[in-house]
Amino acid sequence: MPKRLILDSRLLDITITRLCQQLIENHDTFEQSVILGLQPKGVFLAKHIQSKLQELTGKNVPTGYLDTTFYRDDFRRRETPLLANTTHVPFIIENKKVILIDDVLFTGRSIRAALDAMIAFGRPHKVELLVLIDRKYSRDLPIEPHYVGQHVNTILSQRVLVEWTEKGATENAIWLVDTQDTTG
Amino acid sequence: MPSLSVRHLLGIKDLTREDIELIFETADTFKEVINRPIKKVPSLRDITIANVFFENSTRTRLSFELAEKRLSADVVNFSSSGSSVKKGETLLDTVNNILAMKVDMIVMRHSSPGAPHYLSKHIKANVVNAGDGTHEHPTQALLDAFSIREKLGSLEGKKIAIIGDILHSRVALSNIFCLQKLGAEVMVCGPITLIPKYIQELGVKVEYDVRKALQWCDVANVLRIQLERQQIKYFPSLREYSLYYGIDKALLDSLNKEIILMHPGPINRGVELTSDAADSQHSIILQQVENGVSVRMAVLFLLAQMNQ
Repeated sequence: MPKRLILDSRLLDITITRLCQQLIENHDTFEQSVILGLQPKGVFLAKHIQSKLQELTGKNVPTGYLDTTFYRDDFRRRETPLLANTTHVPFIIENKKVILIDDVLFTGRSIRAALDAMIAFGRPHKVELLVLIDRKYSRDLPIEPHYVGQHVNTILSQRVLVEWTEKGATENAIWLVDTQDTTG
Repeated sequence: MPSLSVRHLLGIKDLTREDIELIFETADTFKEVINRPIKKVPSLRDITIANVFFENSTRTRLSFELAEKRLSADVVNFSSSGSSVKKGETLLDTVNNILAMKVDMIVMRHSSPGAPHYLSKHIKANVVNAGDGTHEHPTQALLDAFSIREKLGSLEGKKIAIIGDILHSRVALSNIFCLQKLGAEVMVCGPITLIPKYIQELGVKVEYDVRKALQWCDVANVLRIQLERQQIKYFPSLREYSLYYGIDKALLDSLNKEIILMHPGPINRGVELTSDAADSQHSIILQQVENGVSVRMAVLFLLAQMNQ
């Protein structure tokens, strides 16, 4: 399967720093802000964002993980079964500014499920969405991110592959992968 | 992506170790869900489940119903008392009539061993065995093993003694299968009249002295004397049974060791367990009840994906 590099480790670090600067502009002291990384892969980005914010501001923004498996709208409509991940929200989200973080925004259905899952923990004051990659022109629902690492034009037969060293990759990188062989 | 190897949960005997571990991992996530401010998820909102109980039940039925409602399923309850079964309707006719109302899953308790197996061969819906006579009670065994895993971290190499009326107990048989699949050693203990012949063939140890069994084990799962299933007398009196096989706090303290005490319920206080033992720090009986809901949610959630 041919693949094209979108962001290498250096560019990814620059992108994460830029996203954090944008968050600092809008959240100032982060007094009322919390981060929720979406399971499974948004969690890695959430951890990177949290540690970069700590480096830039000295603030340790409360960070949790949210699993959307039980809220998905494609349960019993998929080829492969769904497997749940851990949800860990060790803080109150009532009246907080929640920053939802995911690695790739595609159809918007995961984010819709995440909004449902989040409401089970309370009523936030405001919810913002941060994604590393926004796959343009592929949305099924009216959902748009507030903070975007990079917009990428993709077609349905492609997928975005996000590699983290924490998951065993040699270095952090984002690739665009063709899942169909178009050579012949 | 892992999934269950079975379409129905008829007994632990049919499950693989991987199936059991998948159920436990899923139950872990549901345990977190039922401790949230909003304890409900919409996973099974397009599914209808019928709880068909041909035998009395309080705990299991409540636990299943709560699990189903926490998953947003539509639930219908059927009990044979006051139903057309009393007019002579067969099991299959009864269930087919329920299925005609577009039910996707049947949770069934029946006094005849093998009833859910028979049903699963004749209907399309998923069947969950909530206890069939003296045969199996798979969800009870799963929640028992899940509770031990929660307390001890793993079942591998752990020693579990099942104490009491082994002969009439579906919980004992399911527990033996489940614990052995997870690498635990199992001993059964009770009066000689309440230990089935040839039970050693299942690879379990047999002990008739309750103190020796308690000294050997890490976990004691104490069973109720099932007087309703006993057609003849298996021991002289309940008083004598409690004298020789009843467990009290003094006995537990005299062992001078860490021991976990379990009971599938309902407890006959003063017979197999005294109140001071049942309510002691050794007991995880109420944790078992709590875990019952999350384990049953996991079973229903995973089976629902097998019926697409």
